[in-house]
Amino acid sequence: MSHMAYPTQWRRPPMMVKSRFWRIALTLGAIVYLLLAFSTIEVNYARVIEGLSRAQRFVAGFLQPDFTSRSRDIWIGIGESLTMTFTSTVVGVLISIPIGLGAARNIAPRLVYLVCRSIIAVSRSLQEIIIAIFFVALFGFGAFAGFLTLSFATIGFIGKLLAEEIEDIDEKQAEAIRATGASWVQLVNYGIQPQVMPRLIGLSLYRLDINFRESAVIGIVGAGGIGGTLNTALGRYEYDTAGAILLIIIAIVMVAEYSSGYLRRFLK
Amino acid sequence: MLKIEGLGKTYKTGDKALSDVSFDIPKGEVLGLIGPSGAGKSTLIRCINRLVQPTTGKVLLNDLNITDLRTGELRRARRRIGMIFQEYALVERLTVMENVLSGRLGYVGFWRSFLRKYPAADIANAYRLLDRVGLMQHADKRADALSGGQRQRVGIARALAQDPELLLIDEPTASLDPKTSRQIMRLIVEICRERGLPAIINIHDVVLAQQFSDRIIGLQAGRVVFDGPPSELSEDALTLIYGAEDWTAMRKGADEDAAAEAEEQAEAAKMMSAL
Amino acid sequence: MSATEAQAPIWRHRTPKTRLAIWAGWLACVALFVWCWEMMTERTIWAFVYDAPVAANDLLGRAFPPKWGYIDSLLWPLWDTMNIATLGTLLGIVMAVPLAFLAASNTTPSRHILRPIALFLIVASRSINSLIWALLLVSILGPGILAGIIAIGLRSVGFIGKLLYEAIEETDVRQIEAVTATGASQAQILNYAIVPQVLPTFYGISVFRWDINIRESAILGLVGAGGIGLQLQASMSVLAWNQVSLILLVILGTVVVSEWVSAKVRHAII
Repeated sequence: MSHMAYPTQWRRPPMMVKSRFWRIALTLGAIVYLLLAFSTIEVNYARVIEGLSRAQRFVAGFLQPDFTSRSRDIWIGIGESLTMTFTSTVVGVLISIPIGLGAARNIAPRLVYLVCRSIIAVSRSLQEIIIAIFFVALFGFGAFAGFLTLSFATIGFIGKLLAEEIEDIDEKQAEAIRATGASWVQLVNYGIQPQVMPRLIGLSLYRLDINFRESAVIGIVGAGGIGGTLNTALGRYEYDTAGAILLIIIAIVMVAEYSSGYLRRFLK
Repeated sequence: MLKIEGLGKTYKTGDKALSDVSFDIPKGEVLGLIGPSGAGKSTLIRCINRLVQPTTGKVLLNDLNITDLRTGELRRARRRIGMIFQEYALVERLTVMENVLSGRLGYVGFWRSFLRKYPAADIANAYRLLDRVGLMQHADKRADALSGGQRQRVGIARALAQDPELLLIDEPTASLDPKTSRQIMRLIVEICRERGLPAIINIHDVVLAQQFSDRIIGLQAGRVVFDGPPSELSEDALTLIYGAEDWTAMRKGADEDAAAEAEEQAEAAKMMSAL
Repeated sequence: MSATEAQAPIWRHRTPKTRLAIWAGWLACVALFVWCWEMMTERTIWAFVYDAPVAANDLLGRAFPPKWGYIDSLLWPLWDTMNIATLGTLLGIVMAVPLAFLAASNTTPSRHILRPIALFLIVASRSINSLIWALLLVSILGPGILAGIIAIGLRSVGFIGKLLYEAIEETDVRQIEAVTATGASQAQILNYAIVPQVLPTFYGISVFRWDINIRESAILGLVGAGGIGLQLQASMSVLAWNQVSLILLVILGTVVVSEWVSAKVRHAII
């Protein structure tokens, strides 16, 4: 044994917040906030108890879904959702290609860059459901408003990621093409497109997946698709139909996710 | 002390990693395990504490058959077998002290370990070990803030914190520069001598193995093809272990490293005496 | 489609057979698009669509300038929105953490029963938007912030659960092996080897989800689940577009602030 006495106590030093004052202040702040936040929850117990039987019926409906009695509505809704998912992705991607090119700092003139970036910013900061509200107000109820909503949202999503991809390209390849005296169009065609194309296809498939999920939601505000059918079913307390719709949504999302993952690997 | 009888391991893929390996280690012996990569060195030492489940054979530690133990008993057996890993395998986001104390996990209950409230004796011992490996000042640092050599010292302290009866050491110098490798090997052997600890060192560097171990076992394709003192490790024996591989170049390179280190030490000694 | 033509050159290095297959693929896409378009617009009333520019003009005229005085009645709903997002995220975390450990292939206690169940719950939660959860919960619990919190929580489970279980599966096996070799129990291995490795990712995921939840909770009121969306719904139903524009500005501001906070916090952790 050594002659020196070693400490017999050890405390783990704080890793994140080093100052003792801030540790206490942050903990207290969090506790006070949580108390305040919890106090804002108002629970109408009578309503909850009444709701429990509904919850039971919903669970039962989920376990024994009813696909048949509203099958016509369900199929129309699914059809609208799927068709607007596909058309909006195609149109959105086609529009987002010029916008993505324009929003890439390394190839676009300053003015074009600013315009394209602002279009992307607007599209990204507004949520699909809010855009849907406006398009429904402007274009009337139905799948067309939904199609426009999803196209608009797709532009922001693909445009931003595409622009980032172009900004990250290997400058050497683009430089080599430029050196041959190529025009801007030729530069894009030979120097940039081959580098970003696989990514663009991957992103489009990913967005297709997202658009389907969103198409199930925007129906709630009247923009067509399965969301509207679901809203109606829940409004009528037809939980077995609602359960069927939810199962269909989950199934399609799962299929879309796996197949888009598979396709993306395949296309690489 | 440790007795291995007819140990064999066949992986699910059908790869035969070990076949019929048998040897004994008496107390205090440092055994160097050499062989080309893929010879089953790693598998062999992992079979001893059953990180890998052997397919056939027995591992007897003080007459306790480790291969038969059930979960709880296995944990109790494991805590007496210290292990030092290739590339340190410290928990990088924990402090150095926590890494050393984790050597006591087999001895303390969950809540004690969860709240980091280890017995006073364990903490004092952990500090003593850190002092022994020269890292007293680094106890509160995060493990990923240390250099490679320092991390391996923490690894050694963690294994020793277990109060082991046997050390298993898997390529301790794999990611270290030649000079640090020597320092680490020297430290390990010194500690084994101090405590009379038997150790199995799985090492790819023949020269280090010869220099630091009492006995050498050569594995080739999962079989023991050499077992004897380092002095008997002739060129024929090496060719038997490594096949056509050019181990002479390996040996020469290591000799140069050793020479450079010796020179450096001589320099340092000269400077010291000049002061 | 000119765009499809322009995309041809990159496939020159492929064999004629694959090129043909790819052209057929594009053709199928165009055909599918036309068919979908027909299906989708079957029930569209084109008179409304042609009328849209007039409607847009009218709507914008009513929406601007925003009715600034209305801000007083937005502060309380905004506080509710924040609480829905925060408490909902906490609820999501509480449910997602055990689920993630059940779903990760290296920590699951039962590979053939519990793991598939956990994975299904994660997928189910992920495929259903929080607005749909809210719709469901309002129908069960009645309108109010509680339905909103649970909706946000249920949606967050899948997001946090998926990213967390992937992080658990990506942990460094050697560190786990090293702790196992000391004779540690399963719980100790979890505590000493796995949790320290996934903790930073976990914080990052949680803050990121909180940021998303602020956006989502802002609109839950549309279906009655509390927060500023209730005001949005009320203003829209009386066609008070100048209130709607103010609400949208407030939501936008909140989103920007929460995004900034989340970026700061994630930066500090990682």
